[in-house]
Amino acid sequence: MAEHTHAPAATSPAHAVHAVHDEHDHRPHGWRRWVYATNHKDIGTMYLVFAGLMFLIGGSFAMVIRAELFEPGMQLVDPQFFNSMTTMHALFMIFGAVMPAWTGLANWLIPMQIGAPDMALPRLNNLSFWILPFAFTLLFSTLFVPGGAPAGGWTLYAPLMVQTGDAFPMTIFAIHMMGASSILGAINVIVTIMNMRAKGMGLLRMPLFVWTWFITAFLLIAAMPVLAGAVTMLLTDHYFGTTFFTATGGGDPIMFQHIFWFFGHPEVYILILPAFGVVSEIIPTFSRKPLFGYETMVYATASIGFLSFIVWAHHMFVTGIPLAGQLFFMLSTMLIAVPTGVKVFNWTATMYKGSLSFEPPMLFALGFLFMFTIGGFSGLMLALVPADYEYHGTYFVVAHFHYVLVPGAIFAIIGAVYYWLPKWSGKMYDMRLATWHFWLSTVFVNVLFFPQHFLGLAGMPRRIPDYAVQFTDWNMVSSIGGFAFGLSQLLFPYIVLKCLRSGEPATGRVWESAHGLEWELPSPAPYHSWGEPPSEALIARGAAH
Amino acid sequence: MAQAHAPDSSKYYLPHNSPWPIFASVSVFTIMLGAVVYLNDWTGLWSIIPGFALLFTMFICWFHTVIGENQHGIYNLQVDRSFRMGMLWFILSEVMFFGAFFGALFYARILAVPWLGGEGVKFFTHFILWPTYEGTWPTNGPAHIGGNAGSFNIVPAFGVPAINTLVLLSSGVTVTIAHHALRQGKRGMLIVFLAATFLLGFTFVGLQAHEYGESYRELGLRLSTGIYGSTFFMLTGFHGLHVTIGATMLVIIWLRVLRGHFTPQRHFAFEAVSWYWHFVDVVWLGLFIFVYWL
Ligand code: HEM
Ligand SMILES: [Cu+2]
Repeated sequence: MAEHTHAPAATSPAHAVHAVHDEHDHRPHGWRRWVYATNHKDIGTMYLVFAGLMFLIGGSFAMVIRAELFEPGMQLVDPQFFNSMTTMHALFMIFGAVMPAWTGLANWLIPMQIGAPDMALPRLNNLSFWILPFAFTLLFSTLFVPGGAPAGGWTLYAPLMVQTGDAFPMTIFAIHMMGASSILGAINVIVTIMNMRAKGMGLLRMPLFVWTWFITAFLLIAAMPVLAGAVTMLLTDHYFGTTFFTATGGGDPIMFQHIFWFFGHPEVYILILPAFGVVSEIIPTFSRKPLFGYETMVYATASIGFLSFIVWAHHMFVTGIPLAGQLFFMLSTMLIAVPTGVKVFNWTATMYKGSLSFEPPMLFALGFLFMFTIGGFSGLMLALVPADYEYHGTYFVVAHFHYVLVPGAIFAIIGAVYYWLPKWSGKMYDMRLATWHFWLSTVFVNVLFFPQHFLGLAGMPRRIPDYAVQFTDWNMVSSIGGFAFGLSQLLFPYIVLKCLRSGEPATGRVWESAHGLEWELPSPAPYHSWGEPPSEALIARGAAH
Repeated sequence: MAQAHAPDSSKYYLPHNSPWPIFASVSVFTIMLGAVVYLNDWTGLWSIIPGFALLFTMFICWFHTVIGENQHGIYNLQVDRSFRMGMLWFILSEVMFFGAFFGALFYARILAVPWLGGEGVKFFTHFILWPTYEGTWPTNGPAHIGGNAGSFNIVPAFGVPAINTLVLLSSGVTVTIAHHALRQGKRGMLIVFLAATFLLGFTFVGLQAHEYGESYRELGLRLSTGIYGSTFFMLTGFHGLHVTIGATMLVIIWLRVLRGHFTPQRHFAFEAVSWYWHFVDVVWLGLFIFVYWL
């Protein structure tokens, strides 16, 4: 207790006396617990709730899109608003739902998994979270200003984006704030992993979720500032007369795309790498076998992280970049398929001859495995320069990235919640309903996105509110899938709330063959995960590879 | 209010709850709102003042708390390491931010401008739109944005910028000497050399401001002078902003030295600021070479 005896000024003197007791449940109460939060679990919870809310709002934007596209012709909204919907949908889903969900999971899990009491920089952690609600308030309110919400697409391309109305600076500043939040969050993750591991938790003993987040954090630190630079240049081009993206002044609109995608491609891996980690935790548990090829998973993740910085121009094949550039970026992109293939192989090999069972987390992980791979293959098709000349700007691209993002990243997030929720809350959820959630999601996500491959191959352009009549049938199918998928997601908050209210108590281990330090803690996990560092024997038991 | 130190504090230190992070979020949001209403012409520039006032208050209060806690010796070595690593990775993110602008500079000089001048794959743009455009650097583009042809001059490298290079490089030396003095407990030397560092820093900023004045008044070089003005002022401007922040932090460190805050073993804040200062220094070298000289 040495620290407390000489800490009277900054902390209350009375505290020093009673901190010794009631180790675990010593938590602040009322609104201060959340607004002034420094506890990794509280902050993780706020991140997850926030992500859920943004998922709902972003999802409603998507419903508007699918309703308008149900039939050819203009029915519900005007074209400008339609374009705002596609833009806002993407920004809310990427920066509001998926990224904060991963940071929330990182907060909850990393300290538990590496044997730490909390994150390394708890107050910074609070700051990274609380920037987000403000950023999204700013972004959301663009819907109500003159000129409407931004409508130039989430890629914010100049010169289109520069023509946005009063929403323009709001969008830019919202992105600055989201970026700051992610950078601070990433710094915290890196420092936590480097500095807070319990003795005996060697780097190559860390669970894969920790590893994949570690690498994700480096991607964030390297990529987000570049996005900040890009949007700053947009801002000065609009208001202060710079000509970064104007050819008359010696700039180049294509330059915006280079800078944006230098951020943008690492960004898509920021969205998916933690998902790889989650799947690598779930599949061994429900196969009752250690993960096949743990070390190759680590190296594959690292090489994906590295490669993601040298493939960006595969988004720009039709902009007229030099041929040598197209060849380079085609080959580097196809190279990413190698480490990605290693991962898919390892997950499959982990299941081989395992004694499988199909609880909801496993179902979502399997859904991920199959459908993410479909998205990976369509990505490979898009990586081929001559083929991309055909596919670029069509619904084929939309199908590609929705396969990697929805049954990819989102399924992994849902799977992670179903995997760790009993650990967090100490209660079991309704597995039958969660199984329903899985099957409804899986069926309808395919009804929603598979036909978009056909539409794209037949030439239907993306980001268009109206279309030629021959595209009607598949668009109707897709919209029906969309509404049904959207409705099925309402099961998710219901299942979680029901669990929190009236779930059966869960055991500490929760899943009989779960490995890792978090499962050595009781359920619900104590407020400060490892107040006492775990013993090396415990760590060795957890690291089952 | 209740504190959350439950873990055995001989093994771990966890900070108690704090109002300053949320205060920081609110300040940033207020600045952003102020900038939005100003840029949209709804108000004057005064609208950004409240946000910055909040931000400065926040910084003072947050640092006050942290310094107070530190002086009471409640941070252990692990916390110290966390702070160090955090600062290093933060500086890396700053490097990437400058990287975006350097990237824009290189892209414009090596690719975009020569293409506009008719080189390489984009010949027809040149041929059809601007057949007389030469595409040489420095340029404000084929339409001479922000002035007529030949209407602006650039700042020569071996004038004020070269002096500024010397100023900043010597400030890098003085801060290192100060650091050694701190480690060896030579207080007088520490105070003098640290003061010299921030004085050099502010000299740099002053000279830079003077140079900006000349550019605008005499050289016809402005932020809006095509791609040259854009890259020149954005790069040097963000750098100057960082020097100002760095020098201000040096002043704070200096005041803390006067109060006897650091020990030869434990002086994270000093090191963090000196790292930041070296980073600003290195960025300037890049600027001097690629923006002014080559
Ligand atoms: C095997 C791995 C992958 C390959 C080879 C690949 C390839 C590509 C290519 C070539 C494009 C550009 C298509 C075009 O615009 O013409 C693209 C677009 C896209 N990809 Fe992938 N991709 C892969 C994995 C992923 C992953 C894992 C994600 C995200 C989790 C992702 C998200 C996206 C997104 C969001 C876009 C569209 C961006 C836009 O234009 O709005 N991709 N992909
Ligand atoms: Cu990409």
